[in-house]
Amino acid sequence: MNHPDAPAAGAAAGAFVRIANVTMKFSGITALNALDWDVRRGEVHCLMGENGCGKSTTIKVLSGINKPEPGALIEIDGKRFEQLTPHLSKQLGIQVIYQDLSLFPNLSVAENISFEDALGGYTAVISRARMRERAQATMKRLGVSLPLDAQVGDLPIAMRQLVAICRGMASQARLLFMDEPTASLTRSEVDSLLAVVRRLKADGVAVVFVSHKLDEVVEIADRVTVLRDGNKLGTYPAAELNDKRLGELMTGLQIEHVVRARDCSSAAPVLEVRGLGRDGEYDKVDFSVRKGEIVGLVGLLGAGRTELALSLFGMSPPDRGEILLEGKPMRARSNRQAIDAGIAYVSEDRLSIGLNMRQSVQDNMVLAVLNRISSRTGWLPPGRRAQVASEWRDRLRIKIPSLGAPVSQLSGGNAQRVVLTKWLATEPKLLILDSPTVGVDIGNKQGIYEIVHGLAERGVAVLMISDEVPEVYFNCDRVLHMRGGELVGEFVPGRDDEAHIEASVYA
Amino acid sequence: MRNSRLVGLLHGPKGYLSIVIAAMALFFGALAPQFLSWGNVVDLVEGSSVTAILAIGLFVVLVAGGIDISFAATASVAQYAAAYFATKSQLPIAAIIAINLLVGALLGCLNALLIDRLRATSIIITISTMSVFFALLMYFTGGRSIYDLPAWWSGPVVLFEFAGSGDAPVRITLPIAVMLVVAAVTAFIMNRTSLGRQTFAMGGNVEAARRMGINLSMTQVFAYGYLGLLAGLAGLVQAHRVGEAVPNAMVGGELFVLAAAVLGGASLTGGSGSVGGVMLGILLLAMLRNGLNLLGVSPYFFQILLGVVILASAAMTGLKARRSKAVAV
Repeated sequence: MNHPDAPAAGAAAGAFVRIANVTMKFSGITALNALDWDVRRGEVHCLMGENGCGKSTTIKVLSGINKPEPGALIEIDGKRFEQLTPHLSKQLGIQVIYQDLSLFPNLSVAENISFEDALGGYTAVISRARMRERAQATMKRLGVSLPLDAQVGDLPIAMRQLVAICRGMASQARLLFMDEPTASLTRSEVDSLLAVVRRLKADGVAVVFVSHKLDEVVEIADRVTVLRDGNKLGTYPAAELNDKRLGELMTGLQIEHVVRARDCSSAAPVLEVRGLGRDGEYDKVDFSVRKGEIVGLVGLLGAGRTELALSLFGMSPPDRGEILLEGKPMRARSNRQAIDAGIAYVSEDRLSIGLNMRQSVQDNMVLAVLNRISSRTGWLPPGRRAQVASEWRDRLRIKIPSLGAPVSQLSGGNAQRVVLTKWLATEPKLLILDSPTVGVDIGNKQGIYEIVHGLAERGVAVLMISDEVPEVYFNCDRVLHMRGGELVGEFVPGRDDEAHIEASVYA
Repeated sequence: MRNSRLVGLLHGPKGYLSIVIAAMALFFGALAPQFLSWGNVVDLVEGSSVTAILAIGLFVVLVAGGIDISFAATASVAQYAAAYFATKSQLPIAAIIAINLLVGALLGCLNALLIDRLRATSIIITISTMSVFFALLMYFTGGRSIYDLPAWWSGPVVLFEFAGSGDAPVRITLPIAVMLVVAAVTAFIMNRTSLGRQTFAMGGNVEAARRMGINLSMTQVFAYGYLGLLAGLAGLVQAHRVGEAVPNAMVGGELFVLAAAVLGGASLTGGSGSVGGVMLGILLLAMLRNGLNLLGVSPYFFQILLGVVILASAAMTGLKARRSKAVAV
C-alpha cells in the first residue's frame, strides 16, 4: 500500500487525476477499499464493474459528494487534497454526466448548455445573447449541431445526451465522467457519441466511461479499470482485453458463450400469428413459437416489437390477422384474459411498471395469481402467500434474505427475478420477455438466462425481445428480425453468423 | 427572425388566449354594446387588478413546482394587521405599508419552511396554513371589519384621465398602475435574473437542480415568500379599492386565481408559464365573468367553468407525461 504522500508507482507524468488509498465506508460496509487509480490527460478510460462494485462511489468521491476516510490522497492537476467539495471539484474541471442526464426539460437547449451562467448569486442579470453565444461556441468546439431554441424535453434521447455533454464542456471541463452513456442509444447514435468523445480526447480532455456493458465504448478506450466489490482488480490497456476476459474479471465467473440453438420444428406450436397488423404500429406479421422453443425478436427501438408484444398480451387489439394459441384462435380483450389463456408478459421497464417497489417481495411475487391462490370467496389463508413465494424462491434460486422485505431493497438482478417469478407463478404456456436484461449486469444476466432456459426445457414457449444481437444469438433457437413494423428476416444461430445478423439489424 | 417571432406569438398558450379573448370581445360586444365601451374595459381591468397581482404571485410558486392555496388568507391577515395599526396607532404611512408587505412575506416564508423542512406536499401544507391563518384572523377580530381607514389609504388616486365615449371621464387609477409594475418586475425577475432561472430549473427537474448546486430551500423561500409579499400588496390594493378592511372579503377567490394562472400556461407540475400568459388568463376570465353577468347567466355557471379549466389543465399535463413516456420507451 502506498503511503498517501509517496508518489504512487506508475503515476505517469501525464496523470490529470491520481487517487491513492481512497476508502469509503457506508454504515460499516466498505464500498471502496484503499483504491489507487489514475486518469491521464486526453485519455479515454473505462471504469467497469457490476452493480455495487464501487463505480458510482468513485464518481462521487471525485465530484465531492462523498468524503473518503482520512488518509486518502486525491491529486488533481498537481494539487493535493484529502477530500473535495462539489464546488471545488467543478472548479478543478471535473464534470459528471449522470445516466439520467439531469437536464431541464422545460428550458431551451441554449439555456441548458449555458446554465452555469445562472448559478452563483441570485441577482445576476442573465443575457440571452451571451447564453446563446456560449452554447454556440461549445457546440462548435465539439463539432455538434443542435437546435438552440428547442426545448430539451422535445428532443430525442440521443440529442439530449449531446446537450448534457455540451453542458459539461461549456465550463471548460478537463475530466468528464459519463455514466452508462450508451444504454439507450442505437448503433449510429453511439457512433456519433464516440465521434464527439474522440474530439474531446484530441482537445486533451480525459473521458471516463462508467459502464457494465462491454461493447461499444471499449472500441475507443485507451485503458480499462475493473472494480469488483470495492477493490480494483487492475488497469489494463484496452487492446489486451476482450469481452470474455472482461466479463470474467467483472464477475469472477468463467462465462462460456455457447450457441444453444436447438431444432424445435417437430414440437407442437404454442403460438401462431398470421397476417397480424395494427395501424401505425406493425403489419403482415407471421410467425410461430413452438413448445419449449426460445424465439428472439430483434430490431431497433421503434421497430414495433413492444407494440406487437402488447397486442399478443391483449393490451392493444390488432386490426387485422389472427393469433392462435395451441391451435385455438385467441381474442384477448384485456391482459387479464391473456393471462388466463396462458400468456405472461414481462415488461421492459420492469422497475417502473413490473413491480410495486414499496411492497414486499412475496406480495409482488403472488400479485398475478392472487385469485388462484385464494379461495372462491376471496379469502387468502394466512401463510399462503409466503408458501407460494418461498416455493418459487427455491425453484429460481433467488438469494433474498427475507421475503417480507420491500422490493426496493433488492439489487437490479434480483428485482428482475422477482418480476419473472410473478409471471412464472401464472404457469404460462407462452412467456414474452421484453428486453429482460436491460440495466442488469453480466453475472445476473447469466442467472436470468439460466431461468429462461430451464423454463424452455419444461416446455414453456418463450418470445424474447432484445436490442442486443449477442443476447439472442447465444440464448435463442431462432431469431426474428423486425424493422419498420414488419418481420424482415429469420436467422438460426450457429447456421447464420453472429456478425451477419448484427450487420443486418444495425444496417 | 422577426417573422418566426411573430409566428411564435400565435403559438402556445398566449396565442390561443389572444384569439379567444378577441373572439369573446366581439361576441359580448355584439350582444351588449356597452361591453366594449372605454368605461367598461377600464373598469374590468381595474376590477381585476387584485386578482392579477395574486395570480402573478401564484405563477411564481407554480413555476417552482409547488402550489399555494393559502394566499388569500395571507392577504387578509396582512391587510387586517396593517389596517389595525393604521387606525389604532400613529405610525407613519411607510411603516403601515411595510407592516402589510412584511406580514405577507413572512407568512409566505413560513409556508416555504414548512414544505422544505417537513418534506410534505405543498398543497397539503398550504391547505392547512390557509385554515390556520384565516381562522386565527377570524378568532382574534371576531369577524369585525375596519371601516375608518385613513384617507391616504382609501382615497382614490387617479394617475391619468381622459374623456371616454360616455359622460364620465375614464380614469387610469393606482390599482392598474400597481398591477402593471408588479407584472413588469416579476417578468424581469423570472426571465432575466439568475434567481428566476433557477426557479424555472427547479420546477423543470428538481434532482438536476440539486446536482447543479442550486439551493433548493432558498429558491422555495423565494417563491412562496414572493407570493406572500404580493398577497400583502394585493391586500393593500383591495382595501384601497373598497375603502375598508373586511376579514373575509378576499377568501373564496382562490380558484379564480389558480384557473387564470394555469390558463396562462403555468403547468401544475412546474417549470412553465409566463407573466404575459397569466395576465391574459386573468383578462379572459374577467371578461367571461363580466360578459356572462351582462347576459344574466347564473354565477354558478362561471364557477363550473373555473373547475373545468383546472381539470383540463391537470388532464393535459397527465396526457403530455404519458405521451413523452411513450416516446422514451
